[in-house]
Amino acid sequence: MSLSGLLWQLFAIVLALALAPLLTGWVNQCRAWLQNRSAPPLLQPYYMLHKLFLKDVVLAHGASPLFRFAPFAVFGCMLLACAIIPTLSTDLPFAPTADTIALVGVFGLARIFISLAAMDIGTAFGTLGGRREMLVGFLAEPALLMVIFTMAMIAQSTSVATIVETLAHREFVIYPSLAFAGIAFTFVSFAENARVPVDNPATHLELTMIHEAMILEYSGRHLALIEWAASLKLYAYSCLGLALFFPWGIAEGDSFLGLLISIPVLVAKLAIGGVLLAFIESINAKVRIFRAPEFLGTAFLFAVLGLLVRLLLENRV
Amino acid sequence: MPTLLAIDALLIAACAWLAIGLAGLAAPRNLRFISKLLFPLGAAVGVLAGLTSLRFLGAPAEVAVLAIGLPGLPFHLRLDSLAAVFVLLLGFASTGISIFAAGYFRKGEGAAPGLMCLQYHIFLASMLLVLLADDAYAFMVAWEGMALSSFFLVTTDHRHAEIRRAGYLYLLIAHVGAIGILLSFGVMTAGSGDYSFAGMRAQQLSPFWGSAAFLLALFGFGAKAGLLPVHVWLPEAHPAAPSPVSAMMSGVMLKTAIYGLLRVSFDLLGEPLWWWGVVAMAVGLASAVFGVLYSTVQSDMKRLLAYSSIENIGLLAVALGLTLIFHAYRMEALAALSMTALLYHCLAHAGFKSLLFLCTGSVLHATRERSLGKLGGLIHRMPWVAWLALAGVIASAGLPPLSGFVSEWLLLQAFLFSPGLPHPWLNMVVPVAAAVVALVAALAGFAMVKFYGIVFLGQMREEALKDAHDAGPWERIGLVWLAGLTLALGVLPSAVIAFIDAATQQLLGTGLADKVREHGWWMLAPISPDRASYEPLIFLATIAAAVLLGRQLVHRLYHGRLRRSAAWDCGYVFQGPRAQDTAEGFSQPIRRIFEPMFRMERHFPTVRDGKPYYSVKVEDHFWHGLYLPLARLVSGVSALITGLQGGRIAIYLLYSFLTLIVLLLVARP
Repeated sequence: MSLSGLLWQLFAIVLALALAPLLTGWVNQCRAWLQNRSAPPLLQPYYMLHKLFLKDVVLAHGASPLFRFAPFAVFGCMLLACAIIPTLSTDLPFAPTADTIALVGVFGLARIFISLAAMDIGTAFGTLGGRREMLVGFLAEPALLMVIFTMAMIAQSTSVATIVETLAHREFVIYPSLAFAGIAFTFVSFAENARVPVDNPATHLELTMIHEAMILEYSGRHLALIEWAASLKLYAYSCLGLALFFPWGIAEGDSFLGLLISIPVLVAKLAIGGVLLAFIESINAKVRIFRAPEFLGTAFLFAVLGLLVRLLLENRV
Repeated sequence: MPTLLAIDALLIAACAWLAIGLAGLAAPRNLRFISKLLFPLGAAVGVLAGLTSLRFLGAPAEVAVLAIGLPGLPFHLRLDSLAAVFVLLLGFASTGISIFAAGYFRKGEGAAPGLMCLQYHIFLASMLLVLLADDAYAFMVAWEGMALSSFFLVTTDHRHAEIRRAGYLYLLIAHVGAIGILLSFGVMTAGSGDYSFAGMRAQQLSPFWGSAAFLLALFGFGAKAGLLPVHVWLPEAHPAAPSPVSAMMSGVMLKTAIYGLLRVSFDLLGEPLWWWGVVAMAVGLASAVFGVLYSTVQSDMKRLLAYSSIENIGLLAVALGLTLIFHAYRMEALAALSMTALLYHCLAHAGFKSLLFLCTGSVLHATRERSLGKLGGLIHRMPWVAWLALAGVIASAGLPPLSGFVSEWLLLQAFLFSPGLPHPWLNMVVPVAAAVVALVAALAGFAMVKFYGIVFLGQMREEALKDAHDAGPWERIGLVWLAGLTLALGVLPSAVIAFIDAATQQLLGTGLADKVREHGWWMLAPISPDRASYEPLIFLATIAAAVLLGRQLVHRLYHGRLRRSAAWDCGYVFQGPRAQDTAEGFSQPIRRIFEPMFRMERHFPTVRDGKPYYSVKVEDHFWHGLYLPLARLVSGVSALITGLQGGRIAIYLLYSFLTLIVLLLVARP
């Protein structure tokens, strides 16, 4: 572990912290354009965070210390996730801390904390949100693990760095299993990031909300941290998807030039990904909560199909 | 100078437990003497037993022969690394539970404390003897001692008919299982009449008889462990028993059954056949899915945990099956990986499940309420129990950085290698089994959030909960001990594997320790860091640093102002505790998605109801599909036999006469 590696790791984390709200702002802007509305400023999420940090925290009478602890824990989990995922380089000191399975565990830990916090005040909306979040979680998590299994079988490794290196270096053969895994991953990341068609972060409509229902009682710096963590989650999922399915451009050593190039490549990939995300969100409608199992069940089936295709057809490749 | 052999030390520990139990009889009503002296002494013996086996692990096996038993068949005892791992589990888990029990038992609850003390310590000693036994006779004697002492512990509060029923069911299934084990031992002697384990090892069984022995053992030990379809006693007996006993049964006793399965399938039976592994895996997957689904829909906190134990035992059986498959194809390195996952999960489950059961004990004492629908908000009144239970909940949900995740991680890693199996369809089906394991793990998270959120968070659902008090000092020490084990197992996997690897090496001839040791104690990389690695300590440190640093920075750069107000709830003013989800409400999505899995009786209110109510009763399919028909069959057959017994002496004389005639006809000279 070299000093420069450590510095680059720190830089990757800071970059994640800085870019994540920008990505959210960019997606919101694209969506507004696509829906023929006038768009909010690109930097709107930063203004929001600043405003929320300035505000007092108004805490419900029944809030326990867990409620106050949860936003920091969720933020910490997302930060760790961003540090593990190879955003700039595959050779950073945090890469061996957790492999893809542990990465799913990090997201799971964050989910448990936010769901428990939602149940803490004891309001009707809070428990409703917590219950629905856990519902989405237990449907999405196995699908995500199956996607990871397919990748891991191709790369013979569950380490994110090794998977990315293997996929970046393969000769250009189209793996059918990767296509299935990619579809499943897209489905899962929509559900996990509280996006249409599973959830809609833009509404407070009681029958449909999941994420917003959980954080209704949060205010001030707590809310700011949760919003920031949500942005970080979107960033982490986007970077994970880009790293797994479009691994080109991610540096593999800690050479200065390679890392320097990887930054604009990452920004460009994220920008394109944001447009696509906004596009998919715009052409879809939010489904009823009990259609969500069908949506995620489809994702799970795609993922298992990918795994089977990998085992049946590509085992000898 | 002759040093004390480990096996002798453990025998002394067993005797000490028995002596402590008997001492309880000296003053059976003196609660102070029993709870403040005898139970802590028992805990100290537990620590010593645990430390002894920790020191022993990796050393060559030790044997001892006791001069008691049948004429010509004394008790053979043997301590090897496999037994030592489970003694370690027994010792350390029982320490926490005994200390907790010191603060738990009260006057006027169930049996006299002295009697409880006797039964509890006989239970401990017989579990230790089960692990040390080296012949079938000693094993069965200890096994029965364990079943009987735990039966009396379960029925401590025998004034309730429900508890007597649960105890009866437990005893019945324990004995049906014991018959299976006995027959399995009988098959393994292969008619030689040598009931020592050494004799069984020496036998070469044909595939048919080997399979018979394995299947009988799987049934017999499965009945004790709670595998499908002989699981029905578990959700009845665990809520009936006092909480330290539930903790001991779920955390430790179920593991003795896993120990028995390992002993039979890897040690006593020679070469396994690959399909044994498939059978074990199928049974395990079914149990895991069944257990986790039912645990999510329970309304009684102890039943919820009992079903979660079925799930964990199912995962252990899956790991056992995978190990058997790898072992049968001589892929020993991979077998070692899944065996390590198995042993690790045994230890992890002993820690977190005992912890959770003890927490329910504290809640029960503080509130006298087991039903989730009448709890809530206890984190305000019972902060110690609530925060320690959180550790158990995170571990039980299989999340990093605590203990449950390590074993799950190892198991999934082992699954990832299964495509290398040289069998045309096995290498296809087994990875899909991993998908089921992933689903089970995710559902376990749902069940745990339900358990924790409804018991400890939210508003108090009943007025009486305002008087709830936190656990006493003894109970806290016990809980902290178990939570500490959960944390240690979570963040120091390499160190733990270095210890338990001796058992893997003993059973498979190869282990993980060398590979694990290569990469430093903070990193877990069972194959190579390129392939997969996990550094839980850095994991934990990063999150902790982010939390602390984040808090400091926010307070420095902005402010730390805070004021209290009523909850907002989208402006809704009527925010009584009834507006929260009930236990039934929380699990509604599960009941809806997995509807065919449950046998439900529901009553929906209609618009015309004067007093509308909603009720749902979830029952086990196995009761109506298997057990009740079986019970009807048995009582039908016995009714037929009753018809023979008229109760008049003339009829019995007629039977004797007829028998005589038949015998004379049949047995002609």
